[in-house]
Amino acid sequence: MPEFTLWDIVHNLLLAARWTVLLSILAFVLGSIVGLALLLVRTAGNRWAVRFVRGYVELFQGTPLLMQLFIVFFGLPLLGLDVSPWIAATFGLTLFTSAFLTEIWRGCVESVAKGQWEASTALGMNFTQQMLYVILPQALRIAVPPTVGFSVQVVKGTAVTSIIGFVELTKAGTMITNATYAPFTVYGCVAVLYFLICYPLSLYARHLEGKFRHVTR
Amino acid sequence: MSLVELHAIHKSFGALQVLKGIDLKIDEGQVIALIGKSGSGKSTLLRTINGLETIDDGTIMVAGKKVGDHDTDLLQLRLNVGMVFQQFNLFPHYTALENVMLSPQVVKKQSKGEARKIAEEMLAKVGLSDKMMHYPDQLSGGQQQRVAIARALAMKPRVLLCDEVTSALDPELVNEVLAVVRQLAEEGMTLVMVTHEMRFAREVCDSLVFMHQGRIHESGNPEHVFASPKTPELASFVGGLAG
Repeated sequence: MPEFTLWDIVHNLLLAARWTVLLSILAFVLGSIVGLALLLVRTAGNRWAVRFVRGYVELFQGTPLLMQLFIVFFGLPLLGLDVSPWIAATFGLTLFTSAFLTEIWRGCVESVAKGQWEASTALGMNFTQQMLYVILPQALRIAVPPTVGFSVQVVKGTAVTSIIGFVELTKAGTMITNATYAPFTVYGCVAVLYFLICYPLSLYARHLEGKFRHVTR
Repeated sequence: MSLVELHAIHKSFGALQVLKGIDLKIDEGQVIALIGKSGSGKSTLLRTINGLETIDDGTIMVAGKKVGDHDTDLLQLRLNVGMVFQQFNLFPHYTALENVMLSPQVVKKQSKGEARKIAEEMLAKVGLSDKMMHYPDQLSGGQQQRVAIARALAMKPRVLLCDEVTSALDPELVNEVLAVVRQLAEEGMTLVMVTHEMRFAREVCDSLVFMHQGRIHESGNPEHVFASPKTPELASFVGGLAG
């Protein structure tokens, strides 16, 4: 039986961690785009659009991420679409992220005073102009800390994709454990790596929160 | 032809009927004060004039043209009718100058230079040339309200609506805002204001409109209306103020 040094373990985990980071970034960026689109649709105020977005958010907030990934991974092939774990993981996490972000941002938009809408309406602005120049710049300041905070959830969410066979940090940990029979060491290293990714994000979110608390403009 | 004509305006919030058939004509250069108890519908009436509240029934004509509920009609209406609010509603993320410049640039597509020239002119008019680069939270309530007036004026409206523009101000700041409104009235600006400043209304306005339970109860020249109210409701409203 071959001997594994700690460096062998960490080295291989680091290689896999690249995919965790990449998947997190992809899910976050794509989820932001979808989430922003949903936010605009919802804020523009068509009654059916509002219901649709509310249902969408409820669906993803009310089911475990694991189930969502299973449904994407096993459901899409039923529709005749052949999906790799990569695509299924990205797609599933994007939907998950978009639902949470659109809900976080909705709260931020709604916290902008009603008088801001009225004043910009009275000045002749249409919905797009109001959003662009008046509402979103103010909502954005409020939204940055919780958004960065939520990115931590996305990173941790990527661990679940190991179940559908996507080789990221957690899956690599399982595979290395199977070869080394040293689960405690391996998963300990896995946990440390997640922490090293997430902790700076948490710190940054807290920093932003303190920074924006005192600033009204 | 009047500048703004309201005919048989009805408005309800749910089961509550707020406006029960309002007819009102606003002539070019006229200064009108809407008075009445809270809940009489005066603020709602003011907000229907620029389409902030939709109406359930009736017609609004601006400069002889009927205002429909199409977006372009509403935009045209709002270009003609400016508004100043009780709570100022300045955009907190822009300086005073940027607040005034924004809408001319975005809505009227004026160049930055053009918008800036008008904005500086309007801020000078309200006496705030030295505060142009200040953000709203660096200004007093009275100064903020004057910026809000300059912001509305920069769109060159033909009518300016003032919704209790001094009600949110500390007493010592009321006069600087009233002075600006008075100056506008003297320059011939058409004004419709909801106000509790009776003495000011009496001095500045051509016409006083007393609202009671969703209707125009009495209206006319302020001196007459105050001196000899025709209805007991107005008499008690005026008496209540004096007492």
